[in-house]
Amino acid sequence: MTLPVLPPTATLAWSDHLVVLPVVLPMAVAGAMFLLDERRRRLKEGLSLATMLALLGIALVLVGRTTVAPDIYRVGNWPAPYGIVLVADRLSAMMLALAALLGLCALVFSFARWGRAGPRFHGLFLLLLMGVDGAFLTGDLFNLFVFFEVMLAASYGLVLHGSGETRIRAGLGYIVVNLVASLFFLIGVSLIYGTMGTLNLADLARRLAAPEAGELALFEVGCAVLGIAFLIKCSAWPLGFWLPTTYAAASAPAAAILAILSKVGVYVVVRLSLLLFGAGLSAGFGQGAILAAGLATIAFGTVGILASRDLTRAAGYAVMISSGTVLAVLGTGSAAALAGALYYLVGSTLAAGALFLLAEILQRGRDPVEAAQPVFADEYRDPFDDADATEIGRAIPAGVAILGIGLLLCTLVLAGVPPLPGFVGKLAIFIGLTAGTITAAGWGLIAVLTLSSLGTLMPMVRLGILNLWVPHDDPPPVLRLSELTALAGLLAACLGLALWGGPALAYADATAQWLTAPQAYVAAVLDGGAR
Amino acid sequence: MELVLSLGIGVLAAAGVWLMLRPRSFQVALGLSLLSYAVNLFIFAMGRLTVGAPPVLGAGTDSVFVDDPVTQALVLTALVISFALTALFLVVLLAARGVTGSDHVDGREPHP
Repeated sequence: MTLPVLPPTATLAWSDHLVVLPVVLPMAVAGAMFLLDERRRRLKEGLSLATMLALLGIALVLVGRTTVAPDIYRVGNWPAPYGIVLVADRLSAMMLALAALLGLCALVFSFARWGRAGPRFHGLFLLLLMGVDGAFLTGDLFNLFVFFEVMLAASYGLVLHGSGETRIRAGLGYIVVNLVASLFFLIGVSLIYGTMGTLNLADLARRLAAPEAGELALFEVGCAVLGIAFLIKCSAWPLGFWLPTTYAAASAPAAAILAILSKVGVYVVVRLSLLLFGAGLSAGFGQGAILAAGLATIAFGTVGILASRDLTRAAGYAVMISSGTVLAVLGTGSAAALAGALYYLVGSTLAAGALFLLAEILQRGRDPVEAAQPVFADEYRDPFDDADATEIGRAIPAGVAILGIGLLLCTLVLAGVPPLPGFVGKLAIFIGLTAGTITAAGWGLIAVLTLSSLGTLMPMVRLGILNLWVPHDDPPPVLRLSELTALAGLLAACLGLALWGGPALAYADATAQWLTAPQAYVAAVLDGGAR
Repeated sequence: MELVLSLGIGVLAAAGVWLMLRPRSFQVALGLSLLSYAVNLFIFAMGRLTVGAPPVLGAGTDSVFVDDPVTQALVLTALVISFALTALFLVVLLAARGVTGSDHVDGREPHP
């Protein structure tokens, strides 16, 4: 038995190591965070901010680099199906940039007060981003499991951040649901390994394209079990009842960053279905189920948002609708519509994150999700009795007006009203679906999406009137500088997506083309040396 | 051996699912651990069962008669992760018991 020898590669340029940084950098800084005392808040905030800025920069560089060719990083320079491989292609780079931007804004928001509502916020926050980035980059299923667990373990801590009965009760359910999902994940991974003998995604795709793949039925069972795990994470109906309760209970910056968590599930479903089932022996496997789950998720999310009595819950359902839209479009199998869905995913995730932040400011003071006494009293420092709390940021004048504009923009994006990216994305989906012969599923999806736009617009307007115009006894919400910066960052990104809609859609289009022709991905991972 | 292993996985999984559907949070925690044992044994079984076969190739090893080391590595990783998360779940369980005063999974006793 001879081991394959990697062709002698040229020495790696420094820029080839960029791919591993989104994982290594937050991990290293998070490790340092746990060593630092909670009292050194300014230092921790500075470190987190620098890390997030660096992650955003790296992600943007990767977005630029992957338009030329995907970046393949072989850890330890082991050849691809044997060693661990990180792959940054167009989709990964796009999701990395989205995660970094959302994370940066959620972090800046937490500077105002939530960062002090409990211990070890910054460490958990960075570990969460490490897991998310790793899940976007990894090229094999088992490392995907490991990064998922890192991300989930950190998210358990973040959901409980701020403590209080609501959070602990929601967190208990959230942890059980995700532990069960992880068990499904493991069963699926081991079935796939048992039948195909590999866990490397590119290797799996190649073995499925070749005709001698055995035990195909058992492999498909494994994929279906794996799919259940991911559909739980992206809260597809009927597996997503945990999401609105958990996200509504979480503190605002945690909820905003959790919005990217469900998109990790969507990312994996998109990646695996197009890579493994785009062509080859089991082409089109699970497409009908994904379409049905997506349509049902949109419908359930719309009913849920119509029934929402407060903004955080509405934002949770908006996250569900956005995940369901991408799943349903993936289920129709149209590459042109998928481009629109990817564009929509970015815009709607940013808007949902902004809505979580806005909702916390507007509902402050009359809301059960205030920070409470932590369980472990030895680590307790009262975040809102802090002596230097007043110097964190002066109240911004005309705060209510700014919040009103912010809520309006969020509503426009989430409901898909022109001229913001929600509308552009949905329009691109419709154009993609109606190009060529349109199927009954396509018409159904167009109908459901149109209805969900209306169903989002009405409750959002009602909640906006309730929160902004109806007079109530509570003091008007106070907007601090860091909170304003975070909101403005997210909403400016949404506006930017609309203003530069042409290049953004072209990028999404090229990404969809790249995803629907997975041979290039397989060849780059298995055959190509260092680029 | 196949029969013993599959029976073991089946019994563990059945007991785990039953416990997980119980209303008390400690039963749920036990059910989760039993289920994760079942899943770990299942991963192990996916590497094919062999007796006395080395998992590492060395000089003079018959390359046909080796055990699959990958599943063993997978089990080890999964074991550590599920152990850590079960411990974390127990902490949250205790916190919920302390805060709500009830060990029901909903945080309150059902009305009789």
